[in-house]
Amino acid sequence: MMFKTSLRHLREGLKGTLRNGWMSFAAISAVTITLLLVGVFALIMFNVNEITDNVENDVEVQVFITREADESSVEELGQNIEQVPGVSTVTFSSKENELKKFQAQLGENGEAYGTVEKDNPLHARYIVKAQDPEELEAVAKSVSELDNVDEVAYGQEYVDKMLAFFNGIRIGGLALIVGLTLMAMFLISNTIKMTIFSRRREIEIMRLVGAKNSFIRWPFFIEGLFLGVFGALIPIAVIYFGYDVAYSALQPSLDQLNSDIFKLLDPSTLTMQVSGVLLALGAFIGIWGSTTSLGRFLKI
Amino acid sequence: MISMQKVSKVYPNGVVAMDDLDLEIRDGEFLYVVGPSGAGKSTFMKMIYREEKPTGGQLLINGLDVGKLKDRHVPKLRRQLGVIFQDFKLLPSLTVYENVAFALEVVGADTSSVRKQVMDVLNLVGLKNKARNYPDELSGGEQQRVSIARAIVNKPKLIIADEPTGNLDPETAWGIMDVFEEIHRRGATIVMATHNREIVDKIRHRVIAIENGKVVRDEEKGAYGYDV
Repeated sequence: MMFKTSLRHLREGLKGTLRNGWMSFAAISAVTITLLLVGVFALIMFNVNEITDNVENDVEVQVFITREADESSVEELGQNIEQVPGVSTVTFSSKENELKKFQAQLGENGEAYGTVEKDNPLHARYIVKAQDPEELEAVAKSVSELDNVDEVAYGQEYVDKMLAFFNGIRIGGLALIVGLTLMAMFLISNTIKMTIFSRRREIEIMRLVGAKNSFIRWPFFIEGLFLGVFGALIPIAVIYFGYDVAYSALQPSLDQLNSDIFKLLDPSTLTMQVSGVLLALGAFIGIWGSTTSLGRFLKI
Repeated sequence: MISMQKVSKVYPNGVVAMDDLDLEIRDGEFLYVVGPSGAGKSTFMKMIYREEKPTGGQLLINGLDVGKLKDRHVPKLRRQLGVIFQDFKLLPSLTVYENVAFALEVVGADTSSVRKQVMDVLNLVGLKNKARNYPDELSGGEQQRVSIARAIVNKPKLIIADEPTGNLDPETAWGIMDVFEEIHRRGATIVMATHNREIVDKIRHRVIAIENGKVVRDEEKGAYGYDV
């Protein structure tokens, strides 16, 4: 019995979707476009977040130590830096070490610099990480005031610009998604309104013969759900296969950068997650759109 | 069956449609409701099936206090009565059989007995052979029979008919009245609003006349009483 009633609701919901062909098509298209953009932005945003995190975790203050400082004052400086509020880790890198790194970066040409080993022009330095990347500037300032500090360097401007740019993407994307979601909801709500209108006689009779409100509402609820879920199918397919393609195309060139920062997220779990979100969002848009119509246009 | 004590209905715009109306309708009674248009007949009928809510007094139907009935419990009331209208209110996309079965399906009736119940009432109203036809293939009188069949298929004890012969020619109307008489004989209480003088005068039952929201006349085996 319950099963038969559920089947009836499903059938009626599907009928409603088909009956308002063009309206349904418009609503489904709106959901499709919305979710497509949501999906693309979600993928971009996840990657941007990952990169932002990488950047944030990567930023550090380079504290160049005056060449005159002796071993004990270098050690003292290290301890003083650790006292600065907001500092998380302090790593020492000696002159010799710096030279080796420099040479390594230059590769074969680096051997030419073997002669400077005796009279190393490089500074020993402390590499300081902040607990919170936002505090980096304050940390750098405090450290620069300590004794035996020659110079303090950090990629503040570059980091700030990058974070601002990523934030811009996040906010712009979010605004666009919210706007499109509202439009899709509105279109679904209108479609359901049309169905309610075209079936007002049926609804009137159902009420007269004593159908429960829930019984009357279910088919419309399901129609909204259909519109939302149908709308999610194409975006899910595009995201699922599209990201894989984009990943295979882009990642090799990013690999060449040999950077810890610019890496794309692995497709397998990410696309599954985003697909799940899209399906849920489609269902939510559909249900929400139909529920608002039911409340307003179905006087029961 | 129906008990009204000082029932009043004032619409939000200030129109008084029901004015402290007292009335008792016993089980198994056949009641004509007559009166000029706009005198409150429609409101009287609508209050019984809770399309309109009384604004004062007490209206009991089969023990249910209709005035206090919450919206979500209205289906409970409606399942105990059958409502018939002047304009039939059939669904054009459904066959005669489906229109009647619809009333059973939407209240979640046991599906195994639907077919027998529907065919029984179609037999009662004389439309057994038209079960597969669509409403627009039927005459007005036949359509009204379908709507009666739909109203009684749940076996309600109370039938509310709002001008059921209003759209029908006189001969057809007599046929419809035969159906009501048969339903009444089987024990249902019938409340029928009508403007049909010949019927009220010929098939005598209790008559109440409503004017300005009050019962101005209440006669057993009464006559229509208004000059056209």
